[in-house]
Amino acid sequence: MPELSFKNFATDQEVRWCPGCGDYSILKAVQRSLAEAGAKPENTVFVSGIGCASRLPYYIESYGFHTIHGRAPAIATGVKLANPKLDVWVITGDGDGLSIGGNHLLHALRRNIDVNILLINNEIYGLTKGQYSPTSRVGTTSPSSPGGSVDSPIDPGRFAIGAGATFFGRAVDIDQKGLPGLLNEARGHEGTSFIEILQNCIVYNKDVFDDVANKKTAADHQIHVQHGEPLLFGKTNDKGLRLNPSTLALEAVMVGHDGVTTRDILVHDETNATFAHLLLSMEAPLPTAMGVIHRRRLESFDRAFWNSKTQKRRQKVVNLLHQGNLLDRRNGSE
Amino acid sequence: MPALLTDRPNVRQEFADKISHVVRFAGDSGDGIQLQGQQFTVASALAGHDLATLPDFPAEIRAPAGTRYGVSAFQIQFGGDRVTTPGDAPDVLIALNPAALVVNLANLVPGALIIVDESAFTAQRLKRASLDTNPLEDDTLEKFDVCPVDISHLTLEAAKPFGLGAKDAMRCKNFWALGLVLWMFDQPRDATAHWIQTKFANNEAVRNANLAALSAGHAYGETAEMGHILSQHPIPEAPLDAVEYRTITGAEAMALGLVAAGELADTELLFCSYPITPASSLLHHLTGLDDAGVATFQAEDEIASICAAIGASYAGKLGVTSSSGPGIALKTEALGLAVATELPLIVVNSQRAGPSTGMPTKTEQSDLYQAVYGRNADTPLPVLAAHSPADCFETAIEAVRIALRHMTPVILLTDGYIANASELWPIPNIDDFQVITNNKPTETSGDIWERDAETHARLWAAPGDKGFIHRIGGIEKDIVTGNISYDADNHQAMTNLRQAKVESVANFIPEQTIDQGTTAGLAVVAWGSTYGAVYQAVKECLQEGLAVAHIHLRYISPLPKNLHDLLTRYDKLLVPELNTGQLATLLRDKLLVDIQQLNKVSGQPLTVAEVKEAIARLANPRMQEVTNA
Ligand code: SF4
Repeated sequence: MPELSFKNFATDQEVRWCPGCGDYSILKAVQRSLAEAGAKPENTVFVSGIGCASRLPYYIESYGFHTIHGRAPAIATGVKLANPKLDVWVITGDGDGLSIGGNHLLHALRRNIDVNILLINNEIYGLTKGQYSPTSRVGTTSPSSPGGSVDSPIDPGRFAIGAGATFFGRAVDIDQKGLPGLLNEARGHEGTSFIEILQNCIVYNKDVFDDVANKKTAADHQIHVQHGEPLLFGKTNDKGLRLNPSTLALEAVMVGHDGVTTRDILVHDETNATFAHLLLSMEAPLPTAMGVIHRRRLESFDRAFWNSKTQKRRQKVVNLLHQGNLLDRRNGSE
Repeated sequence: MPALLTDRPNVRQEFADKISHVVRFAGDSGDGIQLQGQQFTVASALAGHDLATLPDFPAEIRAPAGTRYGVSAFQIQFGGDRVTTPGDAPDVLIALNPAALVVNLANLVPGALIIVDESAFTAQRLKRASLDTNPLEDDTLEKFDVCPVDISHLTLEAAKPFGLGAKDAMRCKNFWALGLVLWMFDQPRDATAHWIQTKFANNEAVRNANLAALSAGHAYGETAEMGHILSQHPIPEAPLDAVEYRTITGAEAMALGLVAAGELADTELLFCSYPITPASSLLHHLTGLDDAGVATFQAEDEIASICAAIGASYAGKLGVTSSSGPGIALKTEALGLAVATELPLIVVNSQRAGPSTGMPTKTEQSDLYQAVYGRNADTPLPVLAAHSPADCFETAIEAVRIALRHMTPVILLTDGYIANASELWPIPNIDDFQVITNNKPTETSGDIWERDAETHARLWAAPGDKGFIHRIGGIEKDIVTGNISYDADNHQAMTNLRQAKVESVANFIPEQTIDQGTTAGLAVVAWGSTYGAVYQAVKECLQEGLAVAHIHLRYISPLPKNLHDLLTRYDKLLVPELNTGQLATLLRDKLLVDIQQLNKVSGQPLTVAEVKEAIARLANPRMQEVTNA
């Protein structure tokens, strides 16, 4: 069978995002990862909710279901339960996944249904023209918060870990090097894989992640974690993270300064949820953690669900009809 | 104590001559009244009686003991004739405490036999029931035959040898009273004894105490010298067909209907729901039936449950969801998605009294508007209604047949009464049902948006099917390619198509028939759980010489094609409903017919007497016309 290239995963539909939208590079990364993984289009399903990002299934040559606002994880759960052999993806955004659909996201994560959820976070409602979202930082000015938003945002990563997620990863939209690989890690994980993608909505929330995503400063402002490897970052990997025992939080140190050696630097343990929590709690000037931040083994919900199955269906149906206390008049009354 | 045993030989004779009785068991919600009723139901069925039951319990799981609002009751009509309702008015009441006695008095027939647990009429318990005087000692019960029995005390005695504490021993009271009533109607005890043996297999003391209580109650009837008031009344067998029968509740029949439909359609089902009274029993009955082709998924909320069902249908299994009115309201947006994407889906609504939380354990038929009209935009879908517990079986099969044939969601209406009530069911032979066809792709299938000319169904291609890869969604789609389309003419064409698809269902369903009665005069046009009361009322009115017919609708939307012609043959139409007139409005709208209404919204089923009274007001004596009995 000829290998499919990422172009084989493109549809004939005209892509309708604003020119320069971060979704273009996400789409490309998704198509690329599917090609790299040798995914079969007929066995792949993309389910989305409502929002700019949720248009993505129309542009991928696979089965696709563009559903209703917030409900994609619930619909994907039904798809996966009905046919566990399918490779099921959910495309959602910060409003779709964490506001109107927060409940479904929470339950998909705690059940550990084997679907891959991509939460495309731009900290704004794009499709409805720019209102602040549940991930918008306090003070975000928008048509619905002209004086600046006052409600505290939710952090997708800590939400996921709190809900019992068995896989959490994070990447920046334009990271064509890291994102396809992360998507493949998610695809290979049994259970719910949840990936937060920091996306640039150039119309309504331009460069809100610039501090993290900007390629010029990325080396200092991002840390790409890898299981079993020390938590080092910076252009020359001279910076590292260690635990401050008095604050129970991570702190950045320079290796080779103030007596700090590589031995003081923490080694990433993706199976440890507390560790994930520490990494996800870092705020500037500490770097933002990227890559597979948390991953642990747990039987997926769909596997547990289908564990017992038998055949002989018609006989079973007939038996059911005839259960209970029967009054048999087939030979007339006694 | 005053003379409780009134001396009315004619009343007693009338009682003795009856071939069917209405018995009501009542007590605290913790007394096991529902169990008592269910066991009596089984015994009655095994004795060859036709029957219909009405469980009537409070929403609170264990309301405070002895209070009026904590009374739980179970009513059954059984006998040697066709029985279609649980009876308007009991002629036997078994009351295990003062509250259970007083709340049920108003409904009894004059001269009814009341068996009370005498020892429960203490000062304290009278007070709990808000009674200043003891009804056993004043003139409250003047119109009735009262048989006070020291049930609590006799139960304790019967249970004594098995070493239970007083509280546990007292729990056997329901079986003692059941034993007595079984004796009264000469019904078999074996099934109940067997039930006790199985249920308490691991608890010898409880098992033996309950068995002893059952026997003691039975023996009491035989030996107590109360023949003048408490005597045995064997009931003749009902004229039953030469088939196998069982008792079945609506929820059980619905579950079996769905299972059978899945088998007939050779399609597996994914049943997704969220707990809600009175719909949860369907989830309970379907759980564990995965080897019969149904898997159940308890979702995180009502919305998730319909969404998961839609996901399953998209993936090639039949999604089914179920709820009651408030939950259906939450599912509404997703129902629109199922209509737009043309996916098969079954939505069961066990209606309950509303609005809002309303009265969750009480019945009503007030979600007909919601089912037919209750969605944003022009979003038509077929609506069916089951008319009795057993009828849920066939109606479920019909709903699945329509959903798969036309690729559409279908709403199936039932209600709290049907879901919980039971009746005698001639077990059908599944091989007698026509196979259900679906629109799954075959070797010769073309494009998935190529439609069947008669059903307007598209292909049911699902992920995993090679060669049918496609994207669908809630955005309007192009009628030819299925791609997103905002084109004006296309939206008009799609709207017309969705309407035509639902209307085309009428070409496949049976024509409406007359359930019984005349072909002119007054037609009582009803739907859903009023069936039994209307059937009985019309039957009696026909016997009394009135020109009246009973026409009962299963197909609410679309209506059967001949309905207009059928109804316009009658001078008058009466539509009785447990709402303020929803079917009446629909019929006026669709058929432009004039309608008289009979409406009741009390949380209780319609009575035969209420229907008869309305018929008597409208119907004329029968002339010489043809009857269709
Ligand atoms: S509004 Fe923002 S998120 Fe939406 S398409 Fe335009 S740039 Fe992208």
